[in-house]
Amino acid sequence: MNDLSHDQRVAGLKGLGSSRKRVEDARFTQGKGNYVDDIKMPDMLFGDFVRSQYAHARIKSVNTAAALALPGVIAVLQAADLAPLGLHWMPTLAGDKQMVLADGKVLFQGQEIAFVIAEDRYICADAIELIEVEYEELPVVVDPFKAMLPGAPVLREDLAGQTKGAHGARIHHNHIFRWEVGDKDGTEAVVASADVVAEEMIYYHRTHPCPLETCGCVASMDKINGKLTLWGTFQAPHVVRTVASLLSGIPESSIRVVSPDIGGGFGNKVGVYPGYVCSIVASIVTGRPVKWVEDRMDNLMTTAFARDYWMQGKIAATKEGKITGLWCHVTADHGAFDACADPTKFPAGFFSICTGSYDIPVAYVGVDGVYTNKAPGGVSYRCSFRVTEAAYFIERMIEVLAIKLGMDSAELRRINFIRKDQFPYHSALGWEYDSGDYHTAWDKALAAVGYDALRAEQTQRVADFKAGKTRSLMGIGLSFFTEIVGAGPVKNCDILGMGMFDSCEIRIHPTGSALARLGTISQGQGHATTFAQILATEIGISADLITIEEGDTDTAPYGLGTYGSRSTPVAGAATAMAGRKIRAKAQMIAAYLLEVHDNDLEWDVDRFVVKGVPERFKTMKELAYAAYNQAIPGLEPGLEAVSYYDPPNMTYPFGAYICVMDIDADTGVADIRSFYALDDCGTRINPMIIEGQVHGGATEAFAIAMGQEIAYDEMGNCMTGSLMDFFLPTSWETPHYTTDHTETPSPHHPIGAKGVGESPNVGGVPAFSNAVHDAFRPFGLKQSHMPHDHWRIWRIANQLGLHG
Amino acid sequence: MSKMHLKLRVNGKSVETLCEPRELLIHVLRERLNLTGAHIGCETSHCGACTVDMNGMSVKSCTVFAAQSQGAEVTTIEGLAGPDGMSVLQQAFREHHGLQCGYCTPGMITRAHRLLLENPLPTEEEVRFGMAGNLCRCTGYQNIVKAILHASVEMNAARKPQVTEAAE
Repeated sequence: MNDLSHDQRVAGLKGLGSSRKRVEDARFTQGKGNYVDDIKMPDMLFGDFVRSQYAHARIKSVNTAAALALPGVIAVLQAADLAPLGLHWMPTLAGDKQMVLADGKVLFQGQEIAFVIAEDRYICADAIELIEVEYEELPVVVDPFKAMLPGAPVLREDLAGQTKGAHGARIHHNHIFRWEVGDKDGTEAVVASADVVAEEMIYYHRTHPCPLETCGCVASMDKINGKLTLWGTFQAPHVVRTVASLLSGIPESSIRVVSPDIGGGFGNKVGVYPGYVCSIVASIVTGRPVKWVEDRMDNLMTTAFARDYWMQGKIAATKEGKITGLWCHVTADHGAFDACADPTKFPAGFFSICTGSYDIPVAYVGVDGVYTNKAPGGVSYRCSFRVTEAAYFIERMIEVLAIKLGMDSAELRRINFIRKDQFPYHSALGWEYDSGDYHTAWDKALAAVGYDALRAEQTQRVADFKAGKTRSLMGIGLSFFTEIVGAGPVKNCDILGMGMFDSCEIRIHPTGSALARLGTISQGQGHATTFAQILATEIGISADLITIEEGDTDTAPYGLGTYGSRSTPVAGAATAMAGRKIRAKAQMIAAYLLEVHDNDLEWDVDRFVVKGVPERFKTMKELAYAAYNQAIPGLEPGLEAVSYYDPPNMTYPFGAYICVMDIDADTGVADIRSFYALDDCGTRINPMIIEGQVHGGATEAFAIAMGQEIAYDEMGNCMTGSLMDFFLPTSWETPHYTTDHTETPSPHHPIGAKGVGESPNVGGVPAFSNAVHDAFRPFGLKQSHMPHDHWRIWRIANQLGLHG
Repeated sequence: MSKMHLKLRVNGKSVETLCEPRELLIHVLRERLNLTGAHIGCETSHCGACTVDMNGMSVKSCTVFAAQSQGAEVTTIEGLAGPDGMSVLQQAFREHHGLQCGYCTPGMITRAHRLLLENPLPTEEEVRFGMAGNLCRCTGYQNIVKAILHASVEMNAARKPQVTEAAE
């Protein structure tokens, strides 16, 4: 080791900034992953639901006799069976409650009515067919505006007479909450007297995270030792343990929750679902392990949708284009139960980041949450809490304002960006943006795509179109986004009362390798690879010698899990801080061994060196061994550390995305010609993984903007319950991405990292959508709601009179 | 329901099991033969997570009855590793970051394996078209395509000397 140069020693660590290959891949590429449905236990039973065919109905009767007579059927659970345990309803993460099994009525199509437990999934399916449910249909409301009319049907009879909910007053029987931020009077005064006001309703449609692996679990109650083990597709296993304990009365010490390999999450696997509760009860009742795994239709129709925000906006500006105020009112469709997964004090998540990347002096946001006969959820689909909705809103409002001003929207953005010297920046809606350099990123992006040349080409294309020389239009979609991730400071962020810190526990073994355990859980982000890199740089042990473990509540320290791009900002910080504790103790050991004062030592990649005497040093490998074999006065043996990190602030990644597309005016087919993504996520841990995250998130954005939706008909039938109708792009239509970056570290994060996984979804959706709008701007289009599938694009062209 | 006696070859070995005639091949592979590499993502043939190779063709084993595989030659992801561990294709997926959560990966690699047998040196367009039956929610496909293209070049480079020898 002494023969290696400084640079060789740094490279050997495979630490921060290296495109280290993933340690997870050997098992995944060889079919040796271990996902929930791979778990097989002796005597394991299978459970599945009888689900409602109607969106709103009273349950008159459920006849289970034929099903129970079927050989292999063990039991059928209904609400009445769960009621004595108090488990027929469960609390949601949003302060509401949700039926586990239908208690007298159903409120959305696909709602769980009964839980069948059988020897295997085939018998289970047979039994479900044999169960007869008698319904009395009730009037259905799928439109949140109609739900708020005076005579609208009462959906939540359980809340009759309750004028107060978890987030304040309820003003209507289908109203959940009103949440307001900012200066309403001040904003309305600015809007009333502004040179220019652009007003628009921006709808961000309902969609679904749809990870390739659906949700599922295996519950196993060991009646001998009283211990419950629950394997599941959990993005937050520790929170699931706490909830399971609160619901069941079993002490947390007797519950082990394990998230094994997870086949993608994207927010779908944050919440607690009836399937988990029923599996646990079924295992307790039968004394046998019980597996429940959703099929795709269950997944799309019942667990955790995303978005469904109707955003009414007014943006005020001077005639030169300087924005003077932003007003927004959201009608938020939460479905039948308020099961959003937001920090408790934020019923609309961090939607108030909707002033975006712009220096807006005054702003107001009001959000009304509304019940409808649709599935519950409202999770953040690959974004921090409601940040995608916010980014889409402001990036559309900027475009609408540019139309009103007759300005180029790239320039409109530029003159309104928060300047570099304004950071840390206090937004009108109360956030403190940690760091940013928007002008540099924007100029780099515009130069990279050749913006001026693209505009010239577009002008020519419009002229050719009008002259009848082409039927193809060209759109340039601009998007500049600021995210707010890394929830969050315990002082204002909690979920079910649990502060949103995260954790890391490190053990250094005597021979110089290490084990680190975290409170988060990877669902494809590559934590086992990247957290080892953070630690390698901190403690001078090669990432290849550091094992990362997550997801087992019996071994990992308590943490709030992985969603909202919080793993790197919070658990990554905990990892660095725990590493620094290790290094601090190692320094004391080194000082003892080298017979110098602690302060006479300096850190050099993988060792402590006596200042000015480079030949006198102790490597981490030597110090690890010494920690276990030397009796050092005043120092305990061993080399371990734990850190629970409470972040002082959120982090604010940002980026500039530009999409260029050609649109066939006669067919509505949009061809993505290029997509450029510049991301600034602060310090970059693994560029290869960052690039992969951007590709994936941008593809989700492409899907959402260009065709993916959860749609209902007037009867509340879900029209998009399988992959036949729910758009997931294939390799054929997915565009090619060009990635780029700037690097503006977070000043408050120990290594300056900000998180990146969700940026491409947040920034990508407005880039794709703005490109569609931009193509039709010369013909008078102001706003057309997503998703921009071929038919809807064709309809834009048709309504603008472009079909002759 | 009475069971049938199913005999087939899986990953080069003769196997037999009892199963119901209505059982799906993916369930027999995963639950009776304990080959859990291929996954279930949609049950409707759209996602390709369950892709295996049957009698020289990529099939989606969630919509094949096990009975249809009577006497068949089936290869799953577990049968694709080379003599020294990971195959060229498996290594290429790792090298080019062609996977994230890993759920689609076994089906994806099994399909890519067949694609490269059908078309040893495909263009990017041919790879994108040939892989369109396999959905991935994490990667945006860019690195999957890259991995397959690199693997094809590497496999062809390895193949060429043998071709020359045979010609001589």
